[in-house]
Amino acid sequence: MNRLSLGLLTGLTALSASTAFAQGSAFDRTKPPALRPPSRLKIPPVRSEQLPNGMKLYVIEMHEVPLVQFSLAFTGGGRLDQASPGMTSFTADMLDEGAGTRDAIGIASQAEFLGASLSTSSDWDASYVNLKTPRRTMGEALDLMADVVLRPTFKSAEVNRQRDLRLASILQQRDQPNTMAALAFNSLVFPAGHPYHQPIGGDSITTSGLDSAKVRAFYNMHYSPGNAVLVIAGDITLAEARAAVAQRFGSWRAPASGAAPSTTVAPVDRPTTVYLVDKPGAAQSVIFIGRPGVERSNPDYAAIEVMNNLLGGSFSSRLNQNLRETRGYTYGAGSGFAYRPLPGPFTARSAVRTNVTDSSLIEFFKEFRRIRDTAVDAVELERAKSYLALGLAADFETTSQMAGQVVGLLRFGLPMTYYDDYVTRVMAVTTQDVQRVARQYLQPDRFTIVVVGDLATIRPGIEALNLGPISVRDLNGNEIK
Amino acid sequence: MKRWLFSFGLMPLLTSSLAAQATRLSVPITVDTLPNGLVLIVHEDHSIPNVTVDIWHLVGSGDEKPGHTGFAHLFEHLMFMGSQNAEYPAFDRLLEAAGADNNGSTTNDRTNYYEEGPANALPLMLWLEADRMGWFLPTMTTEKVDLQRDVVKNERRQSYENQPYGLAWENLARMLYPAGHPYSWAVIGSMDDLSAASLEDTKDFFRQYYSPNNSVLAVAGDVTASDVKALVQQYFGEIPRGPAVTRPVAPAFTLAKDTVATIEDRVQLPRVYNHWHTVKLYSADDAALDVLSYLLTGAKNSRLTQALVYNQQIATGVVSYNDGKRLDGDFTIFATAKPGHSLPELQRSIDAELHRLMTEGPTAREMEQAQNSIESDFLNGLEQISSKADRLDSYFYFTGTPNYFQQDLARYHAVTAQDIQRVARQYLGAHRVILSVVPQGKTEMAVTAAEATP
Repeated sequence: MNRLSLGLLTGLTALSASTAFAQGSAFDRTKPPALRPPSRLKIPPVRSEQLPNGMKLYVIEMHEVPLVQFSLAFTGGGRLDQASPGMTSFTADMLDEGAGTRDAIGIASQAEFLGASLSTSSDWDASYVNLKTPRRTMGEALDLMADVVLRPTFKSAEVNRQRDLRLASILQQRDQPNTMAALAFNSLVFPAGHPYHQPIGGDSITTSGLDSAKVRAFYNMHYSPGNAVLVIAGDITLAEARAAVAQRFGSWRAPASGAAPSTTVAPVDRPTTVYLVDKPGAAQSVIFIGRPGVERSNPDYAAIEVMNNLLGGSFSSRLNQNLRETRGYTYGAGSGFAYRPLPGPFTARSAVRTNVTDSSLIEFFKEFRRIRDTAVDAVELERAKSYLALGLAADFETTSQMAGQVVGLLRFGLPMTYYDDYVTRVMAVTTQDVQRVARQYLQPDRFTIVVVGDLATIRPGIEALNLGPISVRDLNGNEIK
Repeated sequence: MKRWLFSFGLMPLLTSSLAAQATRLSVPITVDTLPNGLVLIVHEDHSIPNVTVDIWHLVGSGDEKPGHTGFAHLFEHLMFMGSQNAEYPAFDRLLEAAGADNNGSTTNDRTNYYEEGPANALPLMLWLEADRMGWFLPTMTTEKVDLQRDVVKNERRQSYENQPYGLAWENLARMLYPAGHPYSWAVIGSMDDLSAASLEDTKDFFRQYYSPNNSVLAVAGDVTASDVKALVQQYFGEIPRGPAVTRPVAPAFTLAKDTVATIEDRVQLPRVYNHWHTVKLYSADDAALDVLSYLLTGAKNSRLTQALVYNQQIATGVVSYNDGKRLDGDFTIFATAKPGHSLPELQRSIDAELHRLMTEGPTAREMEQAQNSIESDFLNGLEQISSKADRLDSYFYFTGTPNYFQQDLARYHAVTAQDIQRVARQYLGAHRVILSVVPQGKTEMAVTAAEATP
């Protein structure tokens, strides 16, 4: 059966080369086409206001599609957990499990009926309530969002159900080798007492003890208008946004929230050590290699991003080319710096065939040394810089992306003009800059290595590499004797 | 199956979320066919200075022969290994230097390749795509096949074998579809078949399927249709038309009885899958089955989610999926037991809710919610040029009408409560595959044949 012969072409015009398609004159197929200079991304203006109660408002008009994105962020995030791992994320998750006069089912039913998407979440920096709504149902959708933010009920029945679901998901973490590696790595790079030490999704002990009173107390302490920024992007004007928000959030009063603790416990900076987590019978080994990285405000940010792009930040990066494209050890390898208000981790990662786990570790370390020891060539550097600089526009396409970018600037205390000279900053990075930040932030003799895999198979090979002391751990990083 | 995935979320976040609404969907396009048969669809969208090039080759895993499963996807990987004028690794390097991303994907029915990035890079994107459509064979070698075979085997390990419940899908496909049916094997294929793939297979496959007359090219973004047409003619125009392509035919079949099976996996909690035979994508009952799926699990207040997760609290989650494809379709429900609850208990609740929906039908409010939510999904898709380009290809391929946005939305609005009741009875009331995935050594946790028939 020929797909193209069965009427699919009805109504389509076959054009001949001589008419609509003009042949190029000087055309040499053996060379890539020369490109015109790229157009500059014009980011629409971000306008801001503050409600009398302290809540800050940022509005970006985008009228292409009749949708409006509301992104509300409360500063703090997982760093607020302290003695109760998972408290921040659990509280955020509970906001839409009962609010105002509706239970969890009622909120979902109303949001969906309005064609809106309402979600709550948190990360290491902040807790979020996000609403994406068609313009025509915006008023009712915002009413629902205001319920979720201002009037969550935290009823015992709802809290207990979500607590049990979270306990089950914590149990299931040990099914996922990638999750196991991330959890173990996190607890080993950040020591007890450091705000990033604990799993942001909580542990089974704390989660078992969650109840309505604890969640309400946490909410009362950390959700307030002075601690909130609301970014609105989409088919709406500043005047409309101001009126809609003031009507629903203008009379909100709550005591000022305490600042997130800034830690005095240093991240672990230890000679290279290998931690093995057993996953008997695993078809692959998951490798995480890393150490404490940098904060977002680090003046080397652009140079670090370019260096990481070369090392493991794109398909053509050295780690992926080596481990995947040259050796066929993996489906993908890469690296990245997690930017947070306090330095987040640098990690290089891959999932590799079990019987090349040791060989893969050798290649990772070769690449770490190469980018430190040898200056990158100009072509490779230019490619990485252009990829980062020219790739910017794609991050500003949808209303959700636009709001997310502005939330990011606010979260890290960066000016709204930040992206005006982003391209200039990236393109200014030199070969020397790349080598300098590689030497400063990648330290192969001070890495924490976590490997999750079939230890009976992979351990002898890893021991023979003599990378450093080896110990066997559980997924929480605790030693197994 | 994507060619490359490297996600960078460091910590698993537990979030709650919901789905999304609109009315006039306007996506102006031009459609042309080159003399060699290549179909070109162009949509101008000047909201950001970017462009998406998305080419669909009309071949998927359903075109494979038994013994050669996984080949269409392995071939997708080989398309990035260089061509005569853009030798490996020029493809990725040139695009990255222009600020563009690219990837490919393979399904049962088609293989696609896309580039997205700054609009000034359009000539480069088209030149690269044309070079591998027209000048691929001269540089293909056994070494390249061997290397990507290893990569794909790693993909299989990473995404199936080392993933909890990861082997369920290929088992479901094998048990639902009769042997030899194009959808009876998984897109990723088997390790043995991947091992057997040869350079000759690669050359034959390319000659048979990767011709301009078996391809659809969508370009969307900050471009003008006339510029795009001129460039496409320049780069693709001299590629000769290929042989007419014979696509497989799916044998008609009906499940004569339920199939009940169990597999053991390295999982903490058991999960039960129900899998039914349904209909082709865009055929008469396809939209009703999508709405049925939403009514069962699309939101917290959907029937199964509300019953199993919120009211009875016996499951950690429940998911359903209507998967209409070019030749045939299937519908899946799966639910994972909460600690202390059993799969037979979950199965009884699923059956009770299905029975209730079949006998009573959905309420008017449920129908309105589903249609509003589906409408919003359409609207969200119009925000992104990549999403629009992919739909244009898809609509052209499956319906023959690239600008099918409004008609597509209309078929969801046409679904009635009576339709839901009817398709639930007709398709989910028929025989099914019930697959239990249980922790190793715990086969007693599975749904048995005796429990499977209510």
